[in-house]
Amino acid sequence: MLNIHIETKNLNVTYHNNHVLKNVNIKIPAKQLTAIIGPSGCGKTTLLKSFNRLLDIRDDIIISGEIIVDNENILDHKGSDIPDIRKKMGLLSQKPSPLPMSIYDNVAYGQRIHNKKSKEELDEIVKHCLKEAGLWDEVKDRLHEPATRLSAGQQQRLCLARAIAVKPEVLLCDEPTSALDPISAQQIEKLLLKLKKEYTVVLVTHTLRQAKRVADYLIFLYFGEVVEEGSSHDFFNNPKDPRTKAYLEGEIS
Amino acid sequence: MGLLNWRFLEENIFKILMIFSILIVVGSLILIFTVIVFNGVSSISIEMLTQTSSPRFYLSKGGGGMLNAIVGSLLLAIPATAIAFLIGICIALYLQRDFIHPGISNFIRLCLDILWGVPSIIYGIFCMTIMIALGMSTSLLFGIIALTLLEIPIITRSIDESIKMVPLGLKESAYSLGSTKFETAIKVVRRQALPGIIAGVLLGLGRGIGDAASILLTVGDSNFIPTSIYQSTAALPTMILNLLSMPDPNVQSKAHAVAFVLLIIVLFISIISRTLTKKSTKYVIK
Amino acid sequence: MDKRKLRDLIGTKLMLIITIFSAFIFFLILFTLITGSLYIIEDQSITKLLFSSTWKPRSGEFGLLGVIVGTIIVTSLAMIISIPISLLTAIYIVEYSHKKIRQIIRPFIDVLAGVPSVVYGLCAFIVFVPLVRDVIAPFFGEYNSSGFSIFTAALILSIMVFPIIISLCVESFNAVPIELKEASLSVGATKWETVKKVVFRASGPGVISAILLGFGRAFGETIAVSMVIGNQEKIPSSLFSQGQTLASIIAQNYIDVMSLPKLESALIFVGLILFVVVLIFNLLGFLVLRKARSRWDY
Repeated sequence: MLNIHIETKNLNVTYHNNHVLKNVNIKIPAKQLTAIIGPSGCGKTTLLKSFNRLLDIRDDIIISGEIIVDNENILDHKGSDIPDIRKKMGLLSQKPSPLPMSIYDNVAYGQRIHNKKSKEELDEIVKHCLKEAGLWDEVKDRLHEPATRLSAGQQQRLCLARAIAVKPEVLLCDEPTSALDPISAQQIEKLLLKLKKEYTVVLVTHTLRQAKRVADYLIFLYFGEVVEEGSSHDFFNNPKDPRTKAYLEGEIS
Repeated sequence: MGLLNWRFLEENIFKILMIFSILIVVGSLILIFTVIVFNGVSSISIEMLTQTSSPRFYLSKGGGGMLNAIVGSLLLAIPATAIAFLIGICIALYLQRDFIHPGISNFIRLCLDILWGVPSIIYGIFCMTIMIALGMSTSLLFGIIALTLLEIPIITRSIDESIKMVPLGLKESAYSLGSTKFETAIKVVRRQALPGIIAGVLLGLGRGIGDAASILLTVGDSNFIPTSIYQSTAALPTMILNLLSMPDPNVQSKAHAVAFVLLIIVLFISIISRTLTKKSTKYVIK
Repeated sequence: MDKRKLRDLIGTKLMLIITIFSAFIFFLILFTLITGSLYIIEDQSITKLLFSSTWKPRSGEFGLLGVIVGTIIVTSLAMIISIPISLLTAIYIVEYSHKKIRQIIRPFIDVLAGVPSVVYGLCAFIVFVPLVRDVIAPFFGEYNSSGFSIFTAALILSIMVFPIIISLCVESFNAVPIELKEASLSVGATKWETVKKVVFRASGPGVISAILLGFGRAFGETIAVSMVIGNQEKIPSSLFSQGQTLASIIAQNYIDVMSLPKLESALIFVGLILFVVVLIFNLLGFLVLRKARSRWDY
């Protein structure tokens, strides 16, 4: 039996009077890549962002149910614990978003906030993370340039480096390749495949092909409801729900 | 988690400072309104609103009212706003990308921005200089010119900004249907930018009625409602200043009444602006 | 020529003429100010105008030093008061307030922006003058202040500047893409840390431009200042003594322009200084914005 890292129980999210997530009950396995798939606008991103309580910053949002991580319901926690909860989960957005600072400072950002590390220790961490993200060779000579000068693909890898710099347990990725050219997209996918050995990766994607390439476990979300979930093999070869079959065959998209 | 606590402590300290700040800002407005309304209401009377001033107005109690100033302000601001609007819309339309090189349009926008930031007294000085050079005296004419100059940058940039926000797709659809540049400019853009245009024009109007510095040097004073454009005229802001400079406190308190009326007018324009903008937004495609 | 095309041509050319006219106004004003100042400059010399502090038009003395000092003090003090309050308010509005509060505050700020300067001046006359005279100045050890002072002018100026800085900052903060804030929060930063390190930096150019614009307003404000500053052209001896600013001196002295010919030129010269300073600040703001935008291209 797989280890469960994140579990939701009866998760309901209402946003601007729209019932976006309806009674979502899922289990995300640890140290695997779970893909959340489904047509656009069905709540995939909302589900993802509920895991690190990023939904809190929006107006007009009502969340009920439980989200259990490491045996604790994170929805129970009060405001002062949230930064630590968020630290456990790194986020990679759809649009590459480097912070308005140098490449070095971007990666060091999280560490600087949480700890007092010496310059040498920070240098080490930055180097290690940039190497993990496959960016080190391209930027090692210009660490102190503004991060906005990088190309989109490089920026996305920078965001990845930044996310892993605080040693999260989970990586939440919201369609991270949809804004990138095919080559950069491929690089990111390769990185995710490498990283899933160390981190639990949750990937929102609306391309089935991408899910086929990288996912170990799939969750199909349709209009805010979980239609089907299962291992990649079971899902693609033996879909149980008719809606899943329709989606896989391209009848709904 | 000592460090975490420090971080939240810092945040909480600043949150308190933020609340203080917002209370100061809101409090200032409430203060201004309370002071002007209180003092104004106690000094105002029907005669003040319906009669023109007589020489005694500035010397002691009684002596008529501010009707000449009310009419004077309207006679100054309304023509000025109308002219500034016509000029402004031409400029704003012309500044759109389709007509001229972006370098030139940016330069003109910069000029307009500087003119917006110029203290209004400069417009007063400018018109006064011309006035003296032409051997003419203070009059409605120069007041209108000064206010027009004052309002042009305001109205133009407001219209410019709202036209800029018209999605490119709309313009492109219009061109593909065969409109010329000019026609597109007028028809398609106008509807979409309407709320911004209304807001800009009313902003200019409010400025025109309330601004004292630009008309101080050009309009003079009068106890009568002007019948010709070459006559001097009273205006609400200048009347306040004149009344306040008198030693008699009874006379000074009339300034409160005039200020009250001025504030109500400006507030009224602001409310109308908000209502009209909301109404015309229903044509706007987001 | 086809009628529509002809109309298009005329319409376009007309707009061109009017647009050139607007740029032309700018240069026309500058030209008028310069030529109008020449008389007094020849009569007095620029050094005497700028560095003497004796202003007695009837005796032919037009020293502006006291006025320049007064302007610098009033404007700086007004900005020192206004900037922190405005920034904190703007941050609160964008990041910390509920939607309902935001909807109420917005019109408040707009109304504040629309209040005419005479009304601000009158309010300062009624409330701040006695306040300074009876409470604030004695608190700082000055018992002789009439209430009409540099400090009073700075006080009302700071309030007049609030709406400008606040609304421009709110616009800049709102323009920061939400992905940036989410990225910062996701590594475990608090909201305040996100504001400090991300929002501020990303909207830096907007904030600077807001401050410069506010400064321009404070610097050029004529009427409200002239109503409460006391109109003394000497170099002020303390914050609570009477003073004068470049803008208010024009309002104060224009009445005598017909009887004293040199005075007209002197006031035009003051106008020229105002115009040039505002011009420099706007250019600075424009350059800063352009440079910062190229560095942080969001």
